[in-house]
Formats: sequence, C-alpha cells, structure tokens
Amino acid sequence: MTPTEVEARIRDLIEPFNKKGIAIADATTFAGDLEFDSLTVMDFVAEIEDEFDVIISMNQQAEIENWGQLVAAVHKLQDS
Amino acid sequence: MATAMTETLTTAEPVDLLAKFDPIIQTREALLAAGVEDPFNLVMEQVLSPTRAICNGRDTILLGTYNYMGMTFDPDVIAAGKAAMEDFGAGTTGSRVLNGTFRDHRDVEAALREFYAMDHAMVFSTGYQANLGIISTLAGKGDYIILDIDSHASIYDGCAMGRAEVVPFKHNDVEALEKRLKRIPEGAGKLVVLEGVYSMMGDVAPLKEMVRVSKENGAMVLVDEAHSMGFIGEHGRGVAEEQGVLDQVDFIIGTFSKSVGTVGGFCVSNHPKFEVLRLVCRPYVFTAALPPAVMASSATSIRKLMHGGNKRAHLWENSRTLHKGLRDLGFKLGTETPQSAIIAVIMPDLERGAMMWEALLKEGLYVNLARPPATPAGMTLLRCSLCAEHTAEQVTTILGMFERAGKAIGII
Repeated sequence: MTPTEVEARIRDLIEPFNKKGIAIADATTFAGDLEFDSLTVMDFVAEIEDEFDVIISMNQQAEIENWGQLVAAVHKLQDS
Repeated sequence: MATAMTETLTTAEPVDLLAKFDPIIQTREALLAAGVEDPFNLVMEQVLSPTRAICNGRDTILLGTYNYMGMTFDPDVIAAGKAAMEDFGAGTTGSRVLNGTFRDHRDVEAALREFYAMDHAMVFSTGYQANLGIISTLAGKGDYIILDIDSHASIYDGCAMGRAEVVPFKHNDVEALEKRLKRIPEGAGKLVVLEGVYSMMGDVAPLKEMVRVSKENGAMVLVDEAHSMGFIGEHGRGVAEEQGVLDQVDFIIGTFSKSVGTVGGFCVSNHPKFEVLRLVCRPYVFTAALPPAVMASSATSIRKLMHGGNKRAHLWENSRTLHKGLRDLGFKLGTETPQSAIIAVIMPDLERGAMMWEALLKEGLYVNLARPPATPAGMTLLRCSLCAEHTAEQVTTILGMFERAGKAIGII
C-alpha cells in the first residue's frame, strides 16, 4: 500500500472521532488540534490496528504527535 | 572571561519546573473556594476499629479503606507485631539481600506459600514495588507487555521502567486481547498483565478466557490480585482461583495493605527459576526491608485469612445489601451486580462529586472520592469499599446517609 492509500484509509477511520470536523493536514496534532483524550486515542488506535492488522505500541504512540507522523508510521508498519 | 560567565549566570531566566502543574493547582483552588472540605487532606485523629474513626473531628464510619477483612485490629495480628518489635527491634536498616532478611521475612514468605499452595514467594516493601519490580524485571527491551487499558499505575510504571513494548487492549475485552497477541512478532517474549478485580469500578476480569487465549498464544501471564486476596475464591486466593485458572497463571502479585491489613507487596509463583529474581530485581534489592513487626503481623494475618470462610460470607452479604440498597435509591453504580467488596457510585461531575463526598462526611461517612487520571473514562466516583467487620446495622445506617446526602445535593 502506498502512503497515499494508507492516508486515505486512515482518513475514513478518523471521521467519527473528528467531532468538530477540523481540517486535517500533516501538522495537525491529535492532543492539541483534535483534542483527543486518552480514551479517544485508544479507540482510534484500535481501529487502525484492526484495519491494517498491525500493532502500534504505546511506546510508538508516544512518538506520534501529528497526522503526518501517524501516516508515515502506519505505512512503515504495514509494509514490514 | 570570568565577568562574562558571571553575567550569564545571573541573567539566565529560571524555568520553574513546577509550572506544569498550574492547571491542577487551579482546579484544586476552585474546588476549595466553593467551600468544600479538602477531599485529599483528611486526617484520622483516632482509629477506633476497622470500621470507625474520628475524622476531622467527627465520629465516622469508614467505607473507603481497603481493610476488606478487618484484620488491622485483630488481637493475634497485633500481638505478633508487638512481640517481633520487642525481640527484633523497630526496623531492619537494610536490603533483603544484605542485612534485611530476619526470621519473620522468611516466615511471611512461608505463610504466602501455604496460602497459595505455590512453590515460591517474594516479599516487597509495598504492592506498588511488587508490580514495579516484577514487571520491569520480567519484560525488558524487545519484549512485549499486553495489558488491560485500565491497569493500575504501578503496572504502567513497571512497564515504563523495563522499557518493553506496551500494547494495551480495551478493558476486559477478550477478543481485543486475542487479536493483539496474534499480531506480536514471532519469537518475541510476551507477558500478559491482568487484574482480578479492577479497583475503580470494582468489576472482575474474565480471567478464564483471558488466561486461555494468552496460553494459546504462548504468553506468560501475571495477575494482580490486590483487591481479591482473602475474599474471592474458595480459599481467598482471588479471582484466578474462583474461575479455576490459578494453576495456569505464572505470577500472582498481591499486597498486604488490603485484606492482610498491614503493608507490603508480594509475588508468588511456581516457576522453577523464580528465586533468581531476588538478585536481579532492582525495586527488591535497592530498598530497605520492611520492619520485623510488619512481617510478623502479616504472617499471622495471612494464616488467619486461610480460615476466614465465615468472614468472607459476611462480606459478600454486606456487598450485596449495599449494592441493592444504593441501586434502589436511584444511584448509578459501576457494576450491574455486586462483583467484589468495592462498589463505585458514579457522580455526574467532579463538582457535585465533591459536594456529595462532603455531605457524606458531615453525615459521618468516609468514602473515597476518585477522579481522573485514576478513574476510567474521565469519571468522578464515590468509591465504597466494604469490610467484613461492618455490621448489618452499619450498612443500613450507611444507606440512610447516602439517601439524605444524595437528596440534599440533588443527585437522586
């Protein structure tokens, strides 16, 4: 899957979590811009894990602050 | 040169490392400004029994301690501690691996082996340190820890200390656990960490299914039975015993600061190499061993808990009566049925939770006010933990207090 395809799929997944309909770009942050709390993060990460059949450990999650980093990380994970 | 250096030192803007806690300071000040008694600054001036104390000057029923089996004032437990203090002194002044292992440290480990019918037992200075030490030592860099998202802080801290990859799954969701186990790279070390009773909501884990899927996927299993020891299961060994999977659990973690009524933590196991942990587990090695009085009291208490069937039955009665009574009054509870000695009453928000807590305190009842980050889903809870020494009359009195306070605050 190309980064563009990965991004398109995650865009579908984030829709129900993006309650305020904030425009998402590479620099959009989850904690700041999207106001995700820890429970939302858990549910959203679980959706991604199931969709791509990967594990995103809490250690990896700690390194992911914005949309661009998430897409890159998932692309790398599903590729390996 | 020297002048320039001095100038740099005197003009550097200091960064206040406590500034990051300003939001917490503000929340607390707002709460106290509303006139509420500080929920996190209660003093027990006198403790009258396992269920009664003078709190902030008032005679109060205690419904927020972890004294499930009421062992704190057991005459045999107190006598054993007094004798050990007379004979062995007030403290150990040393690590368990150097000069801190006395007769009673060995004896309390023997008592634990008898209680659980297991081969090995290792005692830590607190329950927190037992989780910190065992988890960080078992799972290191490159290993995977798969844990329930609602796990206790000591479990998360143990994970962080060991630097394993941490994979959380949705609370009590067997399928979510199984999916994650199957995705872990082949050949990696896997430790599944579960709790018997989750202390915030008082709900029990489906250990039977969880232990099964963990074993099917080649993981070792650790279960924290802090809130179930002494009370749940035929011999009081906990939820794993109750659900018939104790023999498949690799490590049980527990504490003395709940049903046992003292302080300390432990791990019991049948693993043949378990004893090596005494040499490699930093939170075990680099801290002082518990005082001999605590060890002697604990050993006596553990052996008495082995024969605590009647007390367990009465504690279940109390739990059922309080759960049903609170439900009938219209309170929202953490569990549909009484599953443990903990009953969580869900508050609409922190403000009304704090008002309700204070109203109960003025009625003469102490419960725990629990709030995020300790609670799941950002909830504010009034957490009630019952004791086998609460009389049926006290439980009725407690329900009356909840009714009056709940109506006064407008929660029911």
